[in-house]
Amino acid sequence: MIYRETGQFKTSYRRDQAIFPIAQDRWFVVAALGVAFVVVPLVANEYWLQAVLIPWLVFSIAAIGLNLLTGYAGQLSLGTGGFMAVGAYAVYKLTTAFPELNVIVVFLLAGLFAAGVGILFGLPSLRIKGLYLAVATLAAQFFLIWLFNRVPWFFNYNPSGTITMPPRTFLGVMVTGPEATATVRYLVALSFVVVFALLAKNLVRTNIGRTWMAIRDMDVAAEIIGIRPLTTKLSAFAVSSFYCGLAGALVFSLYLGSVETLAFDITVSFEVLFMIIIGGLGSILGSILGAGFIVLVPIFLTNVPRLFGIEVPVDLAKEVEAMVFGGLIVFFLIVEPLGLARLWQIAKEKLRRWPFPY
Amino acid sequence: MSQGEAILQVQEVSLSFGAVQALIDVSVDVYAGELLAIIGPNGAGKTSLLNVISGVYRPQRGRIVFMGKERPRHTRPYEVARQGIARTFQNVALFKGMTVLENLMTGRALHMRRGLFSQALYWGWALREEEEHRAYVEKIIDFLEIEAIRKTPVGRLPYGLQKRVELGRALAAEPKLLLLDEPMAGMNVEEKEDMCRFILDTREEFGITCVLIEHDMGVVMDISDRVVVLDYGRKIAEGSPEEVRTNQDVIDAYLGVVHEEG
Repeated sequence: MIYRETGQFKTSYRRDQAIFPIAQDRWFVVAALGVAFVVVPLVANEYWLQAVLIPWLVFSIAAIGLNLLTGYAGQLSLGTGGFMAVGAYAVYKLTTAFPELNVIVVFLLAGLFAAGVGILFGLPSLRIKGLYLAVATLAAQFFLIWLFNRVPWFFNYNPSGTITMPPRTFLGVMVTGPEATATVRYLVALSFVVVFALLAKNLVRTNIGRTWMAIRDMDVAAEIIGIRPLTTKLSAFAVSSFYCGLAGALVFSLYLGSVETLAFDITVSFEVLFMIIIGGLGSILGSILGAGFIVLVPIFLTNVPRLFGIEVPVDLAKEVEAMVFGGLIVFFLIVEPLGLARLWQIAKEKLRRWPFPY
Repeated sequence: MSQGEAILQVQEVSLSFGAVQALIDVSVDVYAGELLAIIGPNGAGKTSLLNVISGVYRPQRGRIVFMGKERPRHTRPYEVARQGIARTFQNVALFKGMTVLENLMTGRALHMRRGLFSQALYWGWALREEEEHRAYVEKIIDFLEIEAIRKTPVGRLPYGLQKRVELGRALAAEPKLLLLDEPMAGMNVEEKEDMCRFILDTREEFGITCVLIEHDMGVVMDISDRVVVLDYGRKIAEGSPEEVRTNQDVIDAYLGVVHEEG
């Protein structure tokens, strides 16, 4: 009843091409942002910020990155963890080598490093497709992790092999390191998600995004209508790796604080892939929803038995969690293969007609 | 229609796949502003010829001259498109995951110049470019009478409409030469009539030269200015629809020849 677009006439192409052409959607987004930026920092406790919201946000960026490559450009990649590691180690090397450099600039540079690496490992996509490409990107994953494990220069010859984020400030506020509060780190991560989700949305609704989708849907036809496969595929790899690298940088500096390469191993690549499959391939919103799902479900599963007063041994809980998790993914793929974004869309369609679906 | 100069010259092109000779010494001139039909029995090499023209196949021998310039041997299909040759496909080759509008906008990709960063910001030049191209695409949407389906994903459209959208995507590129590979295959009479009208109007309104492959002889005889007949990879006849219809070789190719003993 409230969610109606009646009487909202679009009088220019610009209005028609807006991300949220319906006024109610715009208000909803403003409200959601208000809650995220103002209400959440006031009410959320340390546990919620550190264990739920920050990982959700930083993995959202990784999921958007992989979705640009896999969901929009149709190039399957299993190298997400590797590209995230590039971002994390780039942040470490840059902050330790140039301590005066602004930490935000460091994050962006880390993304650019990852983009360069992404282009390099995207080159095989010009020759191979589908599962074969996935195997090639798997090589990127293993090679990069091996590199960061074996070359001591990357962790500054420190005997433990662990990299730790030094404390850094932005605008006088401690952003990283043990002194930084969870609230500040949450707000920084949230800002990055908002800005880069918007940029990604802009990319996919303009020419570059359309050429990606054209390559995904039918690469032969795309080339015949004048799209150059080389630049299109490599730009998808570059942008996607930038996002993954940025996500890796934020995982390292805002979420975990100190990491080993284990934090970016192959399971991370698979988790991010699950995020975009469950969230919805070819959807920016879906990437964020999917990241939330994958981050929240394990927490939910560990807490449910406790609610009923059942004490489950930790190791058993872990096993059950893995089983339920796997089951849920299969269930999801059968019931709604297009993901959470599609469910959201259906809900909106229904709501438009409610309560008089004539 | 008076014959202008040749916009495209295919000169003695031969194409083979292994031992199969798809095209043998085929020469075809396409004149500016005309509607040329290519006909022939199944497997005659019609689509192969179109694929050679649009750069998908590289012929072993022969030259292709477009707008007075000889095409270098290693020209990729996207470069051919940028020179001004657009085409449609025998089996609809739309981008299934995208809406009609997005498909047509993608057809204009080769005219878009803005870089990644300005597109990401969706500001200034990129925004203006997007609006300009949208305006052009809307002209094509009006022309093809597909206003009502502009936001529909193409996968959901009936076949006839998909064909029309595909024509629209090719027109969006503002080509000088349009190659249509069986634009009316699998259509009913009404849809065929619509399509014929759109093809004829295309020429009137946009001044685009058309090369058409079609099996429906009625359509071919009605709308084309000239007809080229291929059989087993060779050009066996060329001329006005009237000339071709009465040509003995053409009749033989379609009906078969009685081989006399001895």
